[in-house]
Amino acid sequence: MRRARTWLPGLLLVTPSIILIGVFVYGMLGWNFRLAMTDKHDEVSEGEFVGLQNFIDIWDQARWHLSVRHAIVFTVVFVLGALVLGWLLAFLMEKGIRGEGTFRAIYLFPMAISFVATGIVWRWLMNSGTDERAVGLNRLFDAIGLPQWQWFRDPDWGMAAMALPAIWQMSGYVMALFLAGFRGVPEELREAARVDGCNEWGVYRHVVLPLLRPVTLSALIILGHISLKVFDLIVAVSGKQIITDVPAVFMWVAVFDSHDPAKGATIASYIVLSVAIFVIPYLIWSVRKERRQ
Amino acid sequence: MRRWLVAASITMVSVLGLTACGGGGGEQTAQSPSADSGGKQQVEVFSWWTGPGEADGLAAMRKIFEDKNPTYTFFDAAVAGGSGDKAKALLQSKLQAGTPPDTFQGHAGAELQGYIKAGNLEDLTSLYDELKLKEVFPAQLVEQISVEGKIYSVPVNIHRSNVLWFNPAVLKEAGVAGAPKTIEEFVAALEKVKAKGKVPLSIGSEWTVTHLLESVLLGSLGTDAYNALFKPGADWNSPQVTTALQNFAKIMEYAGDPQDDWQPAAKQVADGEAAFNIMGDWAYGYFHNPPEGGLGKKSKTDFDWAPAPGTEGTYLWLSDSFTLPKGAKNRDGALAWLKVAASKEGQDAFNPKKGSIPARKDADQSLYTDYLADALKDWSSNKLAGSIQHGVAVNQPWLAAINEQVGLFLGTKDVKALQQGLADAATANAQ
Repeated sequence: MRRARTWLPGLLLVTPSIILIGVFVYGMLGWNFRLAMTDKHDEVSEGEFVGLQNFIDIWDQARWHLSVRHAIVFTVVFVLGALVLGWLLAFLMEKGIRGEGTFRAIYLFPMAISFVATGIVWRWLMNSGTDERAVGLNRLFDAIGLPQWQWFRDPDWGMAAMALPAIWQMSGYVMALFLAGFRGVPEELREAARVDGCNEWGVYRHVVLPLLRPVTLSALIILGHISLKVFDLIVAVSGKQIITDVPAVFMWVAVFDSHDPAKGATIASYIVLSVAIFVIPYLIWSVRKERRQ
Repeated sequence: MRRWLVAASITMVSVLGLTACGGGGGEQTAQSPSADSGGKQQVEVFSWWTGPGEADGLAAMRKIFEDKNPTYTFFDAAVAGGSGDKAKALLQSKLQAGTPPDTFQGHAGAELQGYIKAGNLEDLTSLYDELKLKEVFPAQLVEQISVEGKIYSVPVNIHRSNVLWFNPAVLKEAGVAGAPKTIEEFVAALEKVKAKGKVPLSIGSEWTVTHLLESVLLGSLGTDAYNALFKPGADWNSPQVTTALQNFAKIMEYAGDPQDDWQPAAKQVADGEAAFNIMGDWAYGYFHNPPEGGLGKKSKTDFDWAPAPGTEGTYLWLSDSFTLPKGAKNRDGALAWLKVAASKEGQDAFNPKKGSIPARKDADQSLYTDYLADALKDWSSNKLAGSIQHGVAVNQPWLAAINEQVGLFLGTKDVKALQQGLADAATANAQ
């Protein structure tokens, strides 16, 4: 009885969320994987178990290759861009800029906007019209004599352009993470380094940056999983066009246009797996770290 | 002990909260469509008509419906979004949940096949017999929307897909005598415009290119060969289709930068930046209507139209229609709506506002002027061919596959791969 008194209240408290997450996250995930392993290629058929057939077949489709490539380009540009820009902003802030609070708010604001709103504004900014038809950024570039771009309609680098709105939106958040990280570095450590003859760059290189590693990793995980699932931004900027196709958009088309639930579930499974590649090592790492402490 | 109590009560509250949410949600869905304050029954009409013109047309038809059926109230369940993309996704979830609207809009023809196969729609043949609709709709139309001898929808209007819109001033400047009649003349005209430094052919997002493709296919193959493409066992690998696709690739070489959608592409023609645009006749309202809803341009001087090259004498049609879903809560109300939608009065109220022509042959001709008068004349005399992009000739999965191939083609410009892709799409989806 005495024992139960220690663990039972805690268990009761978390039971509702365990049930909810069990049903609506893991239950649904399991259901999705089961569906992906059937041949339910329209809404009517029952769907026989076909194992991993769908997971293999999808690699025969030109569109799948294209959307995977797009997702990779987008992820690399977006994650690196947001990390570098966020770090830079945090670095400048940390140097004790005047009116820091105001700047911090300004850079954080974009995060409060939904990707859809961002996308609609950037669709106009990144309009591919040039010269007399130029609007948005091309108009600006034209006026100041910079080259004009096709932006997201560029066949090769379109997805890199598509990452710009995402960088714009998320780098403030990364800045906040890094700023907290910078502030977490004890002043004594820096002073100790300086006393030992380290120049300012060396302080950052050898003291601050290594201490920021956990923050960088968290930022990487957060940005990476947003990026691999990206859907709303793409649809708001370009709709469901092949030129900016990503797995999440392909999934939507597979379910609602092609009416192929098994294919949609297969793509969804791949998205989950690709996010898992990011998240699971992080979870293992943080659990181990907690144990060590 | 106190901690115990707190934990237990929090647990109880959250569990209760959950059930309350569930209950509340259920009630809401049950309540929204049917019950009403004044003892009237609601009829939930699901459409994607929210834009200027189309929403006015729907309102006009609604008024007739409510005048004729005082016991029903009209519940407008319209979902915004061009050509019903978002509406169809929502409809899909409603149908799967077994809570269909009382009647929903769909493009007449193969687009409805999925719903029919899934057993979502009621056969309306008896309604056709009761209202003698087979006599007032053109025979070819009835044939093209029948599935194994049954009809599942009531077409309200007819749109034309194969319309070539052009700017007469730009053509004159480039030395093009008039609207090109054949594909060869079209390519020659595009070349002349290009030499003048204007955009020869404006295009919008990828679906507008599929829209262009159907007109080029029809113009290259001719009506019968085009219609045969959608019959079982059709040969998409034939040399004729190769030629047609080569024409398409050739024409696409003259396309300007893709615009965001069809309106900005049409606007390029209206503004004199581009010479030609191939778009459905809903573009007429956009060109012609006064600003806010349109561009306020003068027909025949600021913009002009002709059948797409090589398609004169054929009406590449599409049609919005209403259906009767199985399990509609208010089946009688839905039937009353369908009767209005099928009636001469209903169609003549709806179509002049929407900028389309009625599916019925006995429309009041005087209501339709300018472009619509031309359309009405052609509709009664032309051969018919069904649109691809707008759901007449191909079902939804097939259309998705065609759009995918066209999208890939825009990246690769590979005609052979396009043909193979289209042939595969036909084999996988034709029935």
